[in-house]
Amino acid sequence: MDGTLGEKTAPDKGVLPDAPEVAARMSCRNINVYYGEKQAIYDVSLQIADRSVTALIGPSGCGKSTFLRCLNRMNDTIEGCRVEGEILMEGENINSPSIDPVLLRSRVGMVFQKPNPFPKSIYENIAYGPRIHGLAQGREDLDEIVEKSLRRAGLWEEVKDRLNVAGTSLSGGQQQRLCIARAIAVRPEVILMDEPCSALDPIATARIEELIDDLRKRYCIVIVTHSMQQAARVSQRTAFFHLGSLVEMGETDQIFTSPRDRRTEDYITGRFG
Amino acid sequence: MSDPVASPFASERALKRLRRRRAADRRFKWYGRLAIGFALAALALLLASIATQAVSSASYHVVAFDLNLDKKTFGTTRPDDPPPVDKVYGLVRSDLLERFPEADTDPALRHELMGLVTRLAVLPVAREIVRKPRDIGTVRRAALPLSDDLDLFLKGATARHLTVPVGRVEVDEDELPAVTLTGAGAFEHVIAVASLEAMPELGSPGAGSILMTAGASSLELTRLTTSEATGNLLTGSIDDFRAHPVRARLIPAPESERTISDRQIAWLLALKADGRVARVPHWSLLTHTDSTQPELAGALAAIVGSLLTLLITAALAIPVGILASIYLEEFAPQNRVTGLIEVNINNLAAVPSIVFGLLGAAVFLGAFGLPRSAPVVGGLVLALLILPVVIIASRTALKAVPQSIRDAALAIGASRMQTVFHHVLPLAAPGMLTGAILGMARALGETAPLLLIGMVAFVAEVPRGPTDEATALPVLIYSWATQAERAWEPMTGAVILILLAFLIAMNGVVVFLRRKFERRW
Repeated sequence: MDGTLGEKTAPDKGVLPDAPEVAARMSCRNINVYYGEKQAIYDVSLQIADRSVTALIGPSGCGKSTFLRCLNRMNDTIEGCRVEGEILMEGENINSPSIDPVLLRSRVGMVFQKPNPFPKSIYENIAYGPRIHGLAQGREDLDEIVEKSLRRAGLWEEVKDRLNVAGTSLSGGQQQRLCIARAIAVRPEVILMDEPCSALDPIATARIEELIDDLRKRYCIVIVTHSMQQAARVSQRTAFFHLGSLVEMGETDQIFTSPRDRRTEDYITGRFG
Repeated sequence: MSDPVASPFASERALKRLRRRRAADRRFKWYGRLAIGFALAALALLLASIATQAVSSASYHVVAFDLNLDKKTFGTTRPDDPPPVDKVYGLVRSDLLERFPEADTDPALRHELMGLVTRLAVLPVAREIVRKPRDIGTVRRAALPLSDDLDLFLKGATARHLTVPVGRVEVDEDELPAVTLTGAGAFEHVIAVASLEAMPELGSPGAGSILMTAGASSLELTRLTTSEATGNLLTGSIDDFRAHPVRARLIPAPESERTISDRQIAWLLALKADGRVARVPHWSLLTHTDSTQPELAGALAAIVGSLLTLLITAALAIPVGILASIYLEEFAPQNRVTGLIEVNINNLAAVPSIVFGLLGAAVFLGAFGLPRSAPVVGGLVLALLILPVVIIASRTALKAVPQSIRDAALAIGASRMQTVFHHVLPLAAPGMLTGAILGMARALGETAPLLLIGMVAFVAEVPRGPTDEATALPVLIYSWATQAERAWEPMTGAVILILLAFLIAMNGVVVFLRRKFERRW
């Protein structure tokens, strides 16, 4: 535990050394998460940089998904889950009672492990978010948002002629891009991705990774992944979780080439996990 | 041994184990087939037995009357008068007495004759006269239902009879009404059939009856030999026996054990020979209300009562049940209180229906003072009865919607309410509707609670509103099935078929909704 705490201060100091022009989009301080009596996250503090990809890696059950779900308060929907600590976004604690989780989630979008389009048309999948948030004035405006979101998600060319087809009839990779487009459509600032490629084949995975790299220019992205290669490919910063604690956080190159913690090294070199 | 290692797939023990496993598979398949076959056979037997019973009530016999609605008798009828049943029946009576003058002098015979068509049978005609007074002054042709026992006689369901053609015979007019028919060996067949039927000799105790009919006339035999038959003329004239071929009707059951007399049979056969009796579809089963006379009774009041009751039940149980299930499944915190509620809802679903009837009688009738026998009370009780069923079915439908859909909606900033109403409900709706309709089907078939709140009353008027006296289809089945008269039996079968038709229609709606709205994700 001491080691963990010791390591934790290092990334805190060196926030975004290579991107000084952008501030931390979200900063988390002393996050503890409990499922009933069981504690899942131990005192995690980290900063999430804007316009970059932050990867959360670690063995199964290490709490990285749980941590990710703290960032848009999706843990609220889980019975008996309690989050302690401070998550600042533009100076406001998103866990404070004055923050409406519904509004927060329109600013912090999420893409899930399994593609989960609504069983509605492709158009409706994208248009739903802007419609409930009142982002579009009239039909043309909405059409434009749908097209723009699909273009950004790299899906437009494939589906532009069949926007009325059910979203569930697309292939797995297309469905996942549809979900990304759906998340983009409500103009979020942060996009959380929970193992977005684990249900996809390598070709679809490559397309999503390209897309993530492209989206990084506009959004702050946090991605949970099981694949260290993927973390190395798409992220600029990487956080390694183990048994609910943040072991080490730093630039991806540094984590993968010269990890400071022994456990990080063991994990990366495939000795466990 | 230099043999290679024996293949694990070829060893004696492995093969034996494999054989045993395959045999177990096969056995299990056959158990399943047997179970399904048994269930199907039971269903087929049930339907077949009801249908064969009901089929004879699909049509019934009517007698045609020309009713002379003369101005002198009916001229004073006003539109709001009670229907002139007695006046119309008077016409029927005089028509019958004119046709069968032998009954005119004897009150007992007159009574028997009037048993052919009951007094209440003219009620629809009498009502129409009040409604359409312009018929007055014309001769109206009316087909009145034959009394139930005679109807069953013609259908062969009661007082089973056999007809044996005799042909032309000599007629000896003895001393009227006694008549003797003679012909060498003419009655051999009749005697042969009678002995086949093990009928005791005429005149001895327990003997059935043998009628000789020709044209519209009938003799009741008192003595029969191979070439001579003597009997009394029941109706008609002996001229008929000279002019027409003769037929023998053997009725093995003795007259004292029947509900219809030989004379009534003779009259009926005469009316039939006149061409006044016809077998017509029994629409009055659907258009008439309940009656003490089976031939006049119909299920209309019960159908309307059932529909009114179901309307109340649906209006109450479906919205309450669905909203309760949405709250419990999507909004309520999972704690001890909701756990307790859940257990109690499940318990409520297992409470016997008659207990709900007692509750309805005590609370709705006793404490709230709602009217007895009214669909509103029946609807309330049945709503309570099916509420847990609807809640459980709806919750199951909601549970079946994958969490990922809720996550997807929440993650783009939909509120809890928007998530439920925009995404979860459309997916759960077919299942919820299925549950609701199956609950309604159960309510439609419930009898016990309705008995306790007095919906078993004899209802001769179609209920006009939820507070009128009414009965329901299953209760009608119950009350008809407990009647003693034979004629109620096929009628009961017919009402069961009507009820089944409603149930099948409701289940059909369920299948249709599932097919139409089922979405996959």
